[in-house]
Amino acid sequence: MLVYIARRVLLMIPTIFLISIISFVAIQLPPGDFMTSYVAGLRTMGENIEQEAIDNLRERYGLGQPVYVQYIKWISGIILRGDWGQSMEWQKPVKDLIGERILLTVVLSLVSLLVSWFIAIPIGVYSATHQYSILDYVMSIISFIGVGVPGFLLALIIMYFAQTRLNLNVGGLFSQEYINAPWSVERVIDMLKHLWIPVLILAVEGTAGGIRTTRANLLDELNKPYVELARAKGLSEWKLIWKYPVRIALNPFFSTVGWSLASLISGATLISVVLSLQTTGPMQLRALTSQDMYLAGSFLLILSVLTVIGTLISDILLAWVDPRIRLEK
Amino acid sequence: MKQDQLLIAIKNLKTYFFLDEGTVRALDGVDFDIWRGQTIGVVGESGCGKSVTARSILRIVPRPGRIVDGTITFYRRLHDNGAGQIEEIDLTKLDPTGPEMRNIRGAEIALVPQEPMASLSPVHTIGNQICEAIMLHQKVGKEEARVKAIEMLDRAGFPQPKQRIDSYPHQLSGGLRQRAVIAMGLSCHPSLLIADEPTTALDVTTEAQILRLMRSLQHDLGMAIMFITHNLGVVAQMCEDVVVMYMGRIVEEAPVDDIFHNPKHPYTQALLRSIPRLGQKTKERRQLESIRGTVPDPYTRPRGCAFHPRCTQRIRGVCDQTEPPWLEVEPGHKVRCVLYG
Ligand SMILES: Nc1ncnc2c1ncn2[C@@H]1O[C@H](COP(=O)(O)OP(=O)(O)O)[C@@H](O)[C@H]1O
Ligand SMILES: [Mg+2]
Repeated sequence: MLVYIARRVLLMIPTIFLISIISFVAIQLPPGDFMTSYVAGLRTMGENIEQEAIDNLRERYGLGQPVYVQYIKWISGIILRGDWGQSMEWQKPVKDLIGERILLTVVLSLVSLLVSWFIAIPIGVYSATHQYSILDYVMSIISFIGVGVPGFLLALIIMYFAQTRLNLNVGGLFSQEYINAPWSVERVIDMLKHLWIPVLILAVEGTAGGIRTTRANLLDELNKPYVELARAKGLSEWKLIWKYPVRIALNPFFSTVGWSLASLISGATLISVVLSLQTTGPMQLRALTSQDMYLAGSFLLILSVLTVIGTLISDILLAWVDPRIRLEK
Repeated sequence: MKQDQLLIAIKNLKTYFFLDEGTVRALDGVDFDIWRGQTIGVVGESGCGKSVTARSILRIVPRPGRIVDGTITFYRRLHDNGAGQIEEIDLTKLDPTGPEMRNIRGAEIALVPQEPMASLSPVHTIGNQICEAIMLHQKVGKEEARVKAIEMLDRAGFPQPKQRIDSYPHQLSGGLRQRAVIAMGLSCHPSLLIADEPTTALDVTTEAQILRLMRSLQHDLGMAIMFITHNLGVVAQMCEDVVVMYMGRIVEEAPVDDIFHNPKHPYTQALLRSIPRLGQKTKERRQLESIRGTVPDPYTRPRGCAFHPRCTQRIRGVCDQTEPPWLEVEPGHKVRCVLYG
């Protein structure tokens, strides 16, 4: 098992290296660069920017130089100094810009993910073991609606009701006074007060999907001979269902942890825009449209690395729950 | 045989599957008895209802199947309540998932399934799966269950059980898996072991080993075995008595020698003609006859005798009209056919 993990980690290094090159090239592809449009913007507003200052900036980012020089400057900054570069649009280090947002996004998405699994798995198990019962039909209809209704629509509806009927201020993740405040107990409490709406919206979608997956996978397993033999031993239905087929039906959840990790960061962008959450989605969207290359590049890199790490975590989890994979040489 | 030796009496058992396309009468009035310590073979072409009979006895018929009629009387010997006390339980009246039935399942009546690989959970060790059965029916802790499991594996001819009890099914060969499953079935000393084609998934050598093992275990432990197979050669090796099934009914029941040397029912005769005989030189070997025609589709049972469309000895106007009677032609030899009326 340890050998397996070590081998997988070693394999990750060239993968991530390759990904970093691709991310960098990808953000270089659009014509022009931020400096050109930035300087042009300033000039039209009548401001005069010293040629020297422009050159300084160009030198810092290596903008005039060949792509590989720019790449080396960028990647060595990240690895050696933890310097992700400067966001040109925000005039702030990328690190400061996205640090907190990533934390918030991970909290939000992880909580929604856990909430949705927690609800979806028991319901899915019930639906599968009581196939074609009235409750199964009800759950199926609800989960189809949950899958079908777009999240942003749900967000709009919930915002409308919370604001007009419950008189709650629901946009964002913090109240006005806490947005830029440093972390404190009060700030965390304030966040929790705001968190439930996005969690609810994200969890609805996740739960609906989770019910479908659990139900379908479990139905496949329920008639397998190993379930019949467990029953023939005299085990109670409840015990045997949870010990054997559910255990196997849940494997797909472990394999999806991989991409969940990446979609945690980029996912729910639409919902975050609607609810104006300080998560990464909206910022990433903006960075890409305005060619804020270091910001956009950092996002691309972080997302890809997360996907790679996520896949690793998935594989380790799968190997951990499934001896057929774990013991394979 | 003395009446107190009766273990299971099946009367007029009907198990139907209610599908959208129609009703499958998988069992349509099955009658036979199983005696203590007896090895009874159940034979018939695939689809005739052998497995459904086993599942009905265990009360694990899957939906949409259901026992619609008949009784399965289980004569349970009470050990703690003075020797010789026997309790009669009609299994068809029990709640299939209730505690009474679950106390019988696995403890009194155990199953050895057809495919040992598919019948073991791939993500649990065989030790885990055997100990679970032991702890369920005997009041023992984990440690003691493990000791018993190792002992049972050893009896089942499982090599190095102490070291290999924590293996996963995929780490074992087919023969070892089947030994593990047999150890599991016997771990609670059942009075009836239902073996549903236990060797069809194995190669011939392993099959012979497993059959020998089952015979010797039966000799030592004294349980009855209901041996389901479509292989008459295996029946000849294993069984004392045989019931022959066709389309959800028993068509002939006799001691194994009578079945082979004096078969009465045309279906049994046809089955026997379809197996190769040992000792025949290849040149002399008669063309193996397969039974002509195929089993009719399960939704529509032919009128009269279900076998008449394929029967070479059918009598027009009789076999396709009237239900053949269940006749005892010799002591212990019964047949369902008008030819002997
Ligand atoms: N789960 C099921 N659903 C529908 N029909 C079934 C099911 N199990 C068995 N049957 C039907 O019952 C009949 C007998 O099956 P079975 O007992 O498995 O045959 P075999 O003698 O080969 O073991 C078959 O016609 C089969 O179609
Ligand atoms: Mg069968």
